[in-house]
Amino acid sequence: MLTKRIIPCLDVKEGRTVKGVNFVNLRDAGDAVELGAMYAAQGADELVYLDITATVEGRSTFIDLVRRVAQTINIPFTVGGGISSVADVSALLHAGADKVSINSSAVRNPDLINELSLEFGSQCIVVAIDTRYIETPNGMQHMVHTHGGRKATDLQTIPWAKEVEERGAGELLLTSMDADGTKNGFSLELTSIISGNANIPVIASGGAGNMEHFFDVFTAGKADAGLAASIFHFREIDIPELKQYLADKDIPVRLTR
Amino acid sequence: MYALDRVGATYLYTDDEHEIRTADKVIFPGVGEASTAMAYLKKTGLDLVIPTLKQPVFGTCIGMQLMCRYSEENNTDCMGIFDVDVKRFPATPGLKVPHMGWNNIFNYSTPLTTQLPDNAYVYFVHSYAAPVCEYTVATCDYIQPFSAMLQKDNFYAAQFHCEISGNAGQQIIENFLKL
Repeated sequence: MLTKRIIPCLDVKEGRTVKGVNFVNLRDAGDAVELGAMYAAQGADELVYLDITATVEGRSTFIDLVRRVAQTINIPFTVGGGISSVADVSALLHAGADKVSINSSAVRNPDLINELSLEFGSQCIVVAIDTRYIETPNGMQHMVHTHGGRKATDLQTIPWAKEVEERGAGELLLTSMDADGTKNGFSLELTSIISGNANIPVIASGGAGNMEHFFDVFTAGKADAGLAASIFHFREIDIPELKQYLADKDIPVRLTR
Repeated sequence: MYALDRVGATYLYTDDEHEIRTADKVIFPGVGEASTAMAYLKKTGLDLVIPTLKQPVFGTCIGMQLMCRYSEENNTDCMGIFDVDVKRFPATPGLKVPHMGWNNIFNYSTPLTTQLPDNAYVYFVHSYAAPVCEYTVATCDYIQPFSAMLQKDNFYAAQFHCEISGNAGQQIIENFLKL
């Protein structure tokens, strides 16, 4: 049976994991390759590496990191952060990334989604959507945001999700900026609407605080995958334990041990 | 490529007939769309070379589909090593196409699954699949049962991506290299 995926997300700056990690058994908890390998060994189904470096030098450091990750781990991984052209994507895929995630650049230039999916195939193009529920002239609406959720756009989230699919996205990474960091659970209603409308997988992100939240997002939220960062980094949720918990509740997951 | 590095194999990436014919083993991977990939094989003449190879040949993903007779993806005539037609998954409410993610395979009957646990999970990304047929040596189920692996003589194929299928995928690659 096709399984629900658990995806740890690693924010990377100058080749090192940031946002803090708390693993006593790692030689170097900041090493993004070592941390990714450990998650893969624990049964993570996929990894996301987000480059939060802004400098040109950081960019080449990130490509070098992507190459080392590809040489080390044997599960799929997606890379994102500052990708805005066919050339950027080409460099990352050649370095060994399985998928790339684009966000602000897709909002700025939606044709980029078409160009990338034609050039590289839909299967490796993930479109990330950061969304907030805000007051608009037409009442409360789910609106697409950029710049880490700080800047509102004039795009409504639900039609935008359909548009990016039609333009050739292979997967959606939906982050509720309202839920992100709260540990109160994923944004179930919106995730369910978007996943129910979509014929491509939806990765839910933002708000995971406990194991039950993953159960909720895979049932009520209809998500195909659940993504989280700090709760894995700080070992508030252990991946093998999470997967066993979900399996016990009849959620199809890949058990590796 | 990195998957071969991880298992310590020596390889080269080529479309040269002589290099391919003299290799110990041939891996024919691929992502992309069937008609474009088939047009490329025809341009290089490899569409006639691959079916005549004598050493073990392993096609994965679109590589496997091109080894079949025909693909519904843009009505593509393929190499016909496996006498089976590749079809699009039927639209089914609540089940997304592409079939994307980790799914389990079963009913193994190939040396490539030696030491693989029953119901091993492997990673798929595809919208087209070969139905279960006389060459099926591992099955997967999504919407309907389909061929996860095919084998005929020295030709082996997998619909999933061994290189990112965790330890199960790595075991399959190692088994192929040991043939």
